[in-house]
Amino acid sequence: MYQTNQYEGMIAETVSMQGHKGDTINAYVARPLGTGPFPGMVVIHHAPGWDEWYRECTRRFAHHGYVAISPNLYFRDGHGAPEDVGAKVRAGGGIPDEQVLGDLDGANKLLRSLPYVSGKVGVFGTCSGGRHGFLAACRLKNFDALVECWGGRVVQSKEELTPKQPVAPIDYTKDLPCPIIGLFGNDDKSPSPEQVNQHEAELKKHGKNYEFHRYDGAGHGFFYYDRPAYRQEQAVDGWKKLLAFCEKNLK
Amino acid sequence: MCTMIAHQAKIEGRGKSGQDWFEVREANVSYDHPYDLPLEHALNIDFVNEAAGPGARVAVELSVEAARKLVQTIEAVLAQADARGVLEDKHQAAGR
Repeated sequence: MYQTNQYEGMIAETVSMQGHKGDTINAYVARPLGTGPFPGMVVIHHAPGWDEWYRECTRRFAHHGYVAISPNLYFRDGHGAPEDVGAKVRAGGGIPDEQVLGDLDGANKLLRSLPYVSGKVGVFGTCSGGRHGFLAACRLKNFDALVECWGGRVVQSKEELTPKQPVAPIDYTKDLPCPIIGLFGNDDKSPSPEQVNQHEAELKKHGKNYEFHRYDGAGHGFFYYDRPAYRQEQAVDGWKKLLAFCEKNLK
Repeated sequence: MCTMIAHQAKIEGRGKSGQDWFEVREANVSYDHPYDLPLEHALNIDFVNEAAGPGARVAVELSVEAARKLVQTIEAVLAQADARGVLEDKHQAAGR
């Protein structure tokens, strides 16, 4: 807990990093000043893009004592206003899962190479980033904790599978090696409460360490204070729960 | 995006973004999260020119009702123009 007589400092900047297949992409990094060691956090942006909310979210993790990195998963789709780049990706049916995994693996490895990062690194994502976070935790097997916020399409029907997203993430549940916290709104359509039930049942079936929190009166994206979906009470409680989870599993 | 429901139509036209007109070559139509319309999902149409970069874009975000009304209205206007014999294809238009 921060004390008013305590020193606090932070550095936040855009950096380059090696992503999928050694591609150079950019990323936003925020970290507390000091020698650490600090746990790491990979922050996965949502479908609308690598936007201001995600920069603030990255700094928020740094404020709470994490070296946080948010890779620009849309780097290869051109540059401009985040909305315009996000719209381009939306039109193309999203980005390939394998490419995302390569970029997230690169972000994880960069964090682990830094002298002020402890041996523990978590992963956080909302919306499509929640789905990507679950996929990364299961497939890469090198994260120590997962924060999944309303991951859409973790549960996918066969009809929803595409060459870019060829396997439903839920099918990898047995491989999840770390604890997971999931936050969901009961008014959400993607994921629907029924899909969250399926997600939870699969975690339970495989004996995974999980905690799910479901909020009445909240839909999709209830953390986004710049959207009508924002729900103050649920968002405050959600942040409190996920930070406690990270404290327990990463510090 | 969270639904991944998106189609693209190759089109010919012009769009206005700010003070400038630009050549539109694609219409990207999706049913997914909008950026500004206060709905979880919307019918989004982006008139773009992919060759000119992500910024060459005219965007509209519509409710389902508005989208259906727009489709009906376009069809009605085209039908009326056709009935009056004033529909032009691009070859006729070029010869004006």
